[in-house]
Amino acid sequence: MELSGAQILLESLRREGVDVVFGFPGGAVIDIYHQLPNYPINHVLVRHEQGAIHAADGYARASGKVGVCLVTSGPGATNTVTGIATAYMDSIPVVIFTGQVPTPLIGNDAFQEVDIVGITRSCTKHNYLVKDVTKLAHTIKEAFYLASSGRPGPVLVDIPKDVQQAVTEYKYPKTIKMRSYNPTIEPNVKQVRKVADLIAKAKKPIIYAGGGVISSNAHEELTWLARTLKIPVTATLMGLGCFPGDDPLWLGMLGMHGTFAANHAINNADLILAIGSRFDDRVTGKISEFAKKATIVHIDVDPTSIQKNVLVHVPVVSDCRAFLLALNREMAPRLDEGTATPSHDKWLAQVQEWATEHPVAYSHEGAAIKPQAVVETIYKLTKGKAIITTEVGQNQMWAAQFYRYHTPRTFLSSGGLGTMGYGFPAAIGAQMAFPDKLVIDVAGDGSIQMCIQELATAVCYGLPVKIVILNNGYLGMVRQWQELFYAKNYCATCLDVAPDFVKLAEAYGAAGYRVTDPAEVEKTLKEAFALPRTVIVDIVVDREENVYPMVPAGKPLTEMLLV
Amino acid sequence: MRHIISILVENEPGVLSRVAGLFSGRGFNIETLNVAPTLTPGLSIMTITTHGDEQIIEQIIKQLRKLVTTLKVVDLSEASSVEREMMLLRVDAEGTKRAEILRIVDIFRCKVVDVSPEELIIEVTGEQGKLTALINLLQRYGIKEVARTGAVALRRGMQG
Ligand SMILES: Cc1ncc(C[n+]2csc(CCOP(=O)(O)OP(=O)(O)O)c2C)c(N)n1
Repeated sequence: MELSGAQILLESLRREGVDVVFGFPGGAVIDIYHQLPNYPINHVLVRHEQGAIHAADGYARASGKVGVCLVTSGPGATNTVTGIATAYMDSIPVVIFTGQVPTPLIGNDAFQEVDIVGITRSCTKHNYLVKDVTKLAHTIKEAFYLASSGRPGPVLVDIPKDVQQAVTEYKYPKTIKMRSYNPTIEPNVKQVRKVADLIAKAKKPIIYAGGGVISSNAHEELTWLARTLKIPVTATLMGLGCFPGDDPLWLGMLGMHGTFAANHAINNADLILAIGSRFDDRVTGKISEFAKKATIVHIDVDPTSIQKNVLVHVPVVSDCRAFLLALNREMAPRLDEGTATPSHDKWLAQVQEWATEHPVAYSHEGAAIKPQAVVETIYKLTKGKAIITTEVGQNQMWAAQFYRYHTPRTFLSSGGLGTMGYGFPAAIGAQMAFPDKLVIDVAGDGSIQMCIQELATAVCYGLPVKIVILNNGYLGMVRQWQELFYAKNYCATCLDVAPDFVKLAEAYGAAGYRVTDPAEVEKTLKEAFALPRTVIVDIVVDREENVYPMVPAGKPLTEMLLV
Repeated sequence: MRHIISILVENEPGVLSRVAGLFSGRGFNIETLNVAPTLTPGLSIMTITTHGDEQIIEQIIKQLRKLVTTLKVVDLSEASSVEREMMLLRVDAEGTKRAEILRIVDIFRCKVVDVSPEELIIEVTGEQGKLTALINLLQRYGIKEVARTGAVALRRGMQG
């Protein structure tokens, strides 16, 4: 079968099972768009390429599938860089197809030419410039394989216009074998036994789970392990949802804005099982003071994550799920013998005490709406069944602290890069993956303006995404730092001039609500959630509310500022 | 400590900048870098010398291994290895200097590869120490230019 490069791309996407592509056309991809109507692939036309890549990323996080994004050369390609870096930092599988100027023009500063492969080298797992149409099919297969295997991540494929037009015999490889890429999936048996032995001795064990548990679909195995052995669980921002948020063993998130119980537990533990987490500086606080009493076991599919920030006693290179399956299998006979683990009752009681003495809390004083209460109300109304996306800042932290996540892939947030503008397009991607689920973007009034143009996209495709703006009139998180550490010098953080978000929603054809009275919050949210339309709920909240607990940057985890 | 890292890579466009970019992007320093094809078509060997403590070197090696185009990474400083570098020197060799320089060339087993009335071009191969020693010796006659390849290295055989 002879096909053009453009047809090869679309036919390959079909075979990869891609049902939706987020994109924006241009001269360098017009050949692909010309063929698009002939293929059973939904295309979501965004309004800015940053929206396309975030949406593909949100789709991938929510569904566990590979997200796909298609944009033109030059400015189209560069507009995706923030989103690519976002996906890279959080290890999200996306494949980005960019158009490129015709091969004879490459390197000549041609119209809309940019070296996107060079630009994205440090924020992709791998990238390609395809100069020969006979290599295109194989490259696409390889791109999907790389994006989704080992430690997942974004892969970019740059396709010149003449390659899209060239014709060749089409053959799509069934499998990919690369001599230079063989991620370790199965754990070393001896290491697994060693971990089981350590558990058998530990009096104060804790599980510290990260995004790797979610991306490897290991939540069930993790939950079984924790519940069977009664080990308390804390997680990173990226790990929220990997363990039921209403379980008595759940300590909440740890780190800079983590719970008192989680931070104290990690610092007093004698055994830390770090699973699919990478000891990010937002998690560890001052490294030299971090978990000094613990033996640290670190499981990660990516060897570079191990020993990078903290000294680890037992390194295990493995897929998280493969490891947990092996560990749980190792545990089973020990459970029968009663040698799996000593009693942790004292430890659990201590951890419980921390949790009850210092729950995440906020002051209820004053007449203004508390942003934390808004998040609590969202939880009350949805019972944890919604998909929550967030922007970045205080809104993100409150969404992490005051909503309980029970299942993986229900909390989508830019963890590693902290990208303002992520949440709304990600919500669009998640809603495309799950048309019947309630998808809510918890937003700040600053962040939402970074990709607000995607309102047109959401309305155009009838996506009933809800945007709940915790409107404090500030770039709140930066203002909080200025308040606490920079003598209240609120330089460049006051958003005096803001759009009327209700009118803005209406201008785009969405619905808009404004809430200023605490008594109206629940009623309005309920109404908004029931509307089968794109909705903005602009909630005017207490202007100078802060996120607590807080560990000041560079301080040990136990030096927490509480409410 | 100085480390010699040998990297077997797919010989593809962009490979060099992936490796070099990895070093610069993570704040590691490259002292010398040398690339050439191997006996196996499609594969190249890169030899990089760099400085760092154990943790940094471990990170460098792991990061290099993580590159999709990398097949193998070895820290040659861990095993006994043979290391060589080639250097060309353009030396001022007017008048009476010439005989003295030629004697040094002899002792160091270098080669004179170009001669003109005012200067000589000398070719030398050896370990870093030898090259440094020669530079120190010839400095007083006036070294006009130097070109160095950077180290290449192989693990010694017969090591079990
Ligand atoms: C693209 C981008 N620019 C700048 C920042 C730095 N930053 C982090 S939080 C924040 C404030 C966010 O304000 P807003 O969206 O209003 O949320 P709030 O903190 O008030 O909830 C800023 C500017 C960022 N994270 N991302």
